[in-house]
Amino acid sequence: MTAEPAVATIEGTRVEYLDVTRVFGATRALDGFTLQIEPGELLALLGPSGCGKTTALRLLAGFDQLSSGQLLIDGRDVSRQPVNKRDMGMVFQSYSLFPTMSARDNVGFGLRLRGASTSDRRRRAGELLELVGLSAHTEKYPHQMSGGQQQRVALARALAIQPRVLLLDEPLSALDAKVRTQLRDEIRRIQLELGVTTVFVTHDQEEALSMADRVGVMRAGQLEQCDAPSVLYQRPATPFVAEFVGTMNHLPGVVRDGSTVQVGDQSVPADGQVPLSGTAVSVLARPEAVLVEASVEGDAVVQVATFFGAVTRLRMLRSDGVELLADVSSHRAGELAPGTRVAVSLVDRPVLVRTPSS
Amino acid sequence: MVAVTSVAAGSANPPEVVTSRASRRRLRPWRGLILAVAALYFVGPVLAAFWFSIHNSHTGIDFHAYTGFFSAQGFGTAFRMSLLLGLATVLITLILMVPTMLLVHLRYPRARAWVETFSLLPLVIPPVALVVGVRDIISFTGEDRFLGTPVATVMNFLQGNQPWLLSLLYVVMALPFTYRALDAGLRGSSVTTLVEAARNLGASWPVVVWRVVLPTLRTSVLNAGLLAFALVLGEYTMAKILNFSPFPVWLARFGDTDGQLQVGLSLLSLALTWVLLLTIAGVAGRAPGTARFPFRRRTS
Ligand SMILES: Nc1ncnc2c1ncn2[C@@H]1O[C@H](COP(=O)(O)OP(=O)(O)OP(=O)(O)O)[C@@H](O)[C@H]1O
Ligand SMILES: [Mg+2]
Repeated sequence: MTAEPAVATIEGTRVEYLDVTRVFGATRALDGFTLQIEPGELLALLGPSGCGKTTALRLLAGFDQLSSGQLLIDGRDVSRQPVNKRDMGMVFQSYSLFPTMSARDNVGFGLRLRGASTSDRRRRAGELLELVGLSAHTEKYPHQMSGGQQQRVALARALAIQPRVLLLDEPLSALDAKVRTQLRDEIRRIQLELGVTTVFVTHDQEEALSMADRVGVMRAGQLEQCDAPSVLYQRPATPFVAEFVGTMNHLPGVVRDGSTVQVGDQSVPADGQVPLSGTAVSVLARPEAVLVEASVEGDAVVQVATFFGAVTRLRMLRSDGVELLADVSSHRAGELAPGTRVAVSLVDRPVLVRTPSS
Repeated sequence: MVAVTSVAAGSANPPEVVTSRASRRRLRPWRGLILAVAALYFVGPVLAAFWFSIHNSHTGIDFHAYTGFFSAQGFGTAFRMSLLLGLATVLITLILMVPTMLLVHLRYPRARAWVETFSLLPLVIPPVALVVGVRDIISFTGEDRFLGTPVATVMNFLQGNQPWLLSLLYVVMALPFTYRALDAGLRGSSVTTLVEAARNLGASWPVVVWRVVLPTLRTSVLNAGLLAFALVLGEYTMAKILNFSPFPVWLARFGDTDGQLQVGLSLLSLALTWVLLLTIAGVAGRAPGTARFPFRRRTS
């Protein structure tokens, strides 16, 4: 006998931002923002503070109007549709439960507006609260619940209306680290179970990379790159993305010809846009792309070794004053203790370069 | 876990705990003194009035001031008029002010300074000036060109010499207090997010106001209503000048014949206001998750 899913799966919805601009006075919060979100996927919007993530989400929810461009949901322009007709389930950053209603009534609120009978409402609210792991707290009021529990109720409340798109605006940022990771995994599980198209706004890259099908990296109101987490990490399209996602070393180098750069006494292939030969550039390299060998002739010294389980991250100082990070497997950490003189080189893989001004 | 932490914290800073306890002990006599002075200032006159209302040097103590008013001529009419005026004032105030303030709070935050200034005007303009202005306007006979227009209808209604006119004035008079009460509620809660959450879940504006805003702001809405109501129960000048006879006007006139009854009734109306206040405090205190009156703070 197969268990019935607690909540009916929601048919995925497609969302398209086409050249969307939103201007607040002199600020261009969104500036020619274009993005397609596929039915049923979890898309994370990642970017520094003030880059327009919340604005993008609020436009989709209908709290705000576009200045120009188009916003399509399942191919239909929704710019004229008022908030309360859009069927977008939103979970807010700040606690947003109705303080005078119990958890059950909070979850049932949207159903009540849709004319569900009392018994129907109670049953569905109960199922949803069970889905978010709160069946023991249905009668509690918001002020009797922890922050994490309140955000779970908010999630259940947003899901109760069978939203076309689930919108999450940094729902975890007010929670402590442990609850955050736990809830993050749970949101992903529920999202996969229901198949609801989801937009998740965050400025925490770990959160974005670990949860999302695709991550859209934003900068100054525009989309820099939107790809699967692994692609974003391994093949960042721009130096901004490369630096924003994960950790990056910056090594001074010089372009040799159109496809290679000279870094110290090593020549490595260059990727992406490469400036003219002879240009001084910064070469971007991940810590795991830095090779370290203990060597008395090396020109760097290990300063700090931080144990991360399988890998240990070394912070090294080169004689020319450049700081370097490298991840080495932890069983080698013994021979590379702080104070060890080491020789450093790059893995022979294409690297991104940026001119100091860009 | 929690207990362990708090014990550890406590033993880590014992001097601080002792200091604060000692300073609190030093403060205590002052607190008592201030309380006593304040109590004397407020309760003294009330007690004196009470004594006056029951004591007569010829006949001794009797309570006719508290029993005789039912039969006093005109009391019923006057008191009913005051109650109805109070209710009308509260209703008009809330219907007018809650949506307005919500709009200002959510949509036009920059207009707040203007609305606030405007709400203070009744404190600056003497009630006499206000009421004389109103009297002149409603006695304006109008010109024929207004005939058949809504202006004429409204003027006719106002000139009908209905006591309802007074409640319109009282709404204005109560504005400084009702504005403040509602504003405090709006600022102290996360109404903006709650409204957005409700809209997002599909609520229309009336539903938002009725099911989310009013319950959330329950305490301050009740406060605003109570302040407006109390003002109506005690207002004399305007009613007198416009020739109406609600409770305060009746009371002043009646006092000419029986001073003790007048004082007794004043005390009763004071008590009525207090009972209302305490009822509201009780109701607000029981509502789950809402701000409570300071003296009803829960310890759990
Ligand atoms: N209502 C508004 N009025 C004026 N400016 C606004 C408004 N909303 C957003 N902005 C501006 O638009 C820009 C983008 O804001 P937005 O809130 O979308 O950023 P964000 O990416 O969500 O940032 P954060 O990570 O800090 O939440 C900011 O410069 C902000 O100041
Ligand atoms: Mg934001």
